Amino acid sequence: MGFWSFFFIIVFLGLTTQWYGTNKALKLNSNIKEGPKLPSLPSYYGANAFLWLVISVLFFLIVWVFSKPHILDYILIQNIPKALIDEFGGTPNMLIDIVKATDISNIFPGTNPIIIENALYYNKIDKLSDSIAYSIILFVGLTVSIFSINRISFLFKARQAVEKTNINLLILCSTIAIIATIGIILSLIFEALRFFEKVNFFDFLFGFNWSPQTAIREGQVASDGAFGAIPIFSGTLLITFVAMFVAIPIGLFSAIYLAEYAKPSVRSTFKPILEILAGVPTVVYGFFAAITVGPFLKNFVGEFGFTIASESAIAAGGVMGIMIIPFISSLSDDVIRAVPQNLRDGSYAMGATKSETVKKIILPAALPGIMGAVLLAISRAIGETMIVVMAAGIAANLTLNPFESVTTVTVQIVTLLVGDQEFDSAKTLAAFALGITLFFATLFLNIVALRIVQKYREKYD
Amino acid sequence: MTNNLDRVELSLVGRKRSERLFKFYGFLGILIAFLFLITILYSVISQGQKAFFTTFIKVNIFFDSEIIDPQNQRNDEDIRYANFNKIITESLKKKFPENLNKNDSKELSSFISNSEADYLSEFVVKNKDYIGKYKNMWLLASSNIDVIVKNPEMEDLDEEDRLISDKQLGWLNQIRLNKELKKELNKNFFTKADSTEPEQAGIWGSLVGSFLTLLITLILSFPVAVAAGVFLEELAPKNKFTEFLEVNINNLAAVPSIIFGLLGLAIFLNIMHLPRSAPIVGGMVLALMTLPTIIIATRSSLKSVPPSIREAAIGLGATRFQSVVDHVLPLAIPGIMTGTIIGMSRALGESAPLLMIGMVAFIVDVPTTFLDSSTALPVQIYLWKSTAARGFVELTAAGVIVLLVFLILMNGLAVFIRQKFEKKW
Repeated sequence: MGFWSFFFIIVFLGLTTQWYGTNKALKLNSNIKEGPKLPSLPSYYGANAFLWLVISVLFFLIVWVFSKPHILDYILIQNIPKALIDEFGGTPNMLIDIVKATDISNIFPGTNPIIIENALYYNKIDKLSDSIAYSIILFVGLTVSIFSINRISFLFKARQAVEKTNINLLILCSTIAIIATIGIILSLIFEALRFFEKVNFFDFLFGFNWSPQTAIREGQVASDGAFGAIPIFSGTLLITFVAMFVAIPIGLFSAIYLAEYAKPSVRSTFKPILEILAGVPTVVYGFFAAITVGPFLKNFVGEFGFTIASESAIAAGGVMGIMIIPFISSLSDDVIRAVPQNLRDGSYAMGATKSETVKKIILPAALPGIMGAVLLAISRAIGETMIVVMAAGIAANLTLNPFESVTTVTVQIVTLLVGDQEFDSAKTLAAFALGITLFFATLFLNIVALRIVQKYREKYD
Repeated sequence: MTNNLDRVELSLVGRKRSERLFKFYGFLGILIAFLFLITILYSVISQGQKAFFTTFIKVNIFFDSEIIDPQNQRNDEDIRYANFNKIITESLKKKFPENLNKNDSKELSSFISNSEADYLSEFVVKNKDYIGKYKNMWLLASSNIDVIVKNPEMEDLDEEDRLISDKQLGWLNQIRLNKELKKELNKNFFTKADSTEPEQAGIWGSLVGSFLTLLITLILSFPVAVAAGVFLEELAPKNKFTEFLEVNINNLAAVPSIIFGLLGLAIFLNIMHLPRSAPIVGGMVLALMTLPTIIIATRSSLKSVPPSIREAAIGLGATRFQSVVDHVLPLAIPGIMTGTIIGMSRALGESAPLLMIGMVAFIVDVPTTFLDSSTALPVQIYLWKSTAARGFVELTAAGVIVLLVFLILMNGLAVFIRQKFEKKW
């Protein structure tokens, strides 16, 4: 049984169950000439049967989808002769991947016949196991629908049951956010712990040397990678600093102009334009930084007789700053407009000009909100990936000179994980250690930003 | 008194000046942001539009029967394996009567894309009458020639920096003088997937990959997010659990996108053994990322439905659940749709998490199912940008244009829905 035939049978079964349940309830109702009828509307009886069918089928389907690869791998490894595994040298999992990747309709000449045989076998059990699983799920679905149709009686309050089930489903959907957060934390922590088994925690956090190339063969030159993350952190901070240097003044002045000076018509034209900047995908900024800004800066600085790395921190950070402008301007704009009008009126009444009001009254009043916006922008900047991957360097330089090439946490995560590698080398695991650092750094910044905004916002209301 | 007034009067000039200056700074901020936007768009469009057209060279092809079918058997298989590159080179040579040595013919053969030999062999298999005859054909130029034709300023560069040699440039100018050069729509770009040769690479494969990925994202995130939004906004009791839920959702919205990629790698690939580079995994990762966006949109559009609707429904005997599902939710649908489309457009532009789960591979085939290896549109842009060959620069920019066009379409649709269907209460 293929997936689609299964799918259509289930849809048909579901509709039939609903129709039959509703009809049964209608019939029960019409048999009553006097006295109370069924406690709920007939359609609720159909809906109840339908709901239980869908829930049970979906549950088993999800279980199957997630357990299928494990079961098939287990069966396959039993089938492969032990001699081949020993001869192969690598782990059995790699052999399984090879078998799975073998395309039966287009076999590469010279492939090991045992692998071809196993690939055929894999294809067979792949289809067979699907058919069996679908049949079982269908059977379960059928049982559930018969059971729930049988429950239709005068004692059964279908509406309450349906609503309770629905609300529980809604709660389940809401908890996915929690599951995702837990998943992120657990996956990062487990892999990072494995990394810290190989590399000392303090060497990672306070080391000055980062060269993650570990040996593939034993006895290779420079076989031990060095995992001191200080140059990476400093590079991230440098690029973030450059970005903020661009974004804060431009974003803040734009926000002040839009909130205090601009006529409504000007405001309604320029605000969307700033939002377009926020909607441009980061890969586009990365392209712009690498192809346009990088070479331009190189030529421009070259005119004055200086040299600048082609993947300089200033190019990546500057373009990142452009990306952050709308972030700062729209958040600050909201905060500035939230300052109550009577503060402004009071200031004007004392004879202050508009700019004096902004500088001496509004900005101090809005400062906590602006600080929050800046912190959020910083957390955004250190988590930004594509711009720096495309425009910043890979080598870890410990420098504060924005004209040199530096690397960032996100760049390192990408370079460590893109491409084929073993999954238990310190090199790949280092990416998770960097990932958890990044996760907690951004989490910390966000919490602090939120606290600042919440703590000081209500003072002026 | 007069003294004070005079002082105010005197200071007024400076204060007014600083007022004008301050206002000017504000305007300057806006202006700079605006200029940045224009510069980005200009640099993308000016380079990208070149890739939509590609160069063809007119060659009088001689289908030499000595090369194609020496035994004169007209067998399809033999014809397919014939050396069509040689036929192209020999025919090209006839354009230039001067004596060409072996090295020259090698340089000459690099004028035409290496995909054209296959094209010719298929052509001959279908039209066997042409064997032994001449035919004027427009053949796809190689990327190096194409780049020189599109960027005439490169002809002035030194020979080493120019992609083609002085000799090749001379030939090219001769071809141009004979009007045997034309620019046509780059069909490969719109119909093919990635390739090592810029003139044969296309965006279609990654476009399909993005579409499949976004479909999974939509299927997974939309129902879950709307359900979560409805629960949190309308039905949830105020307690520690719902508070914890809200904190979690807000946190999830602020997690850097690359962290979601790490989650996908560690859980979906390593623990669940789902296939690498597949749209289904990409879709799952992006669904987790889009979830908070749609939840927040759902909640704010539910919030904008006035309470009188709920009260009227409950007053007529509906249960709380019925009033929400039958009356409040339908009124909130336009707002939810707008938020969903905006979330989807963000997911379309997202590439960092997809790099982590291996959607960054070199993939020549257009994906057809959710389990095939594929790339996505922004990842393809990143891949082309990282490729050294000069011809890919314009392709990259053209890929950016395609991406931006799709984003504009999606956001336009969102604005349209908002203006057409959203009710103002």
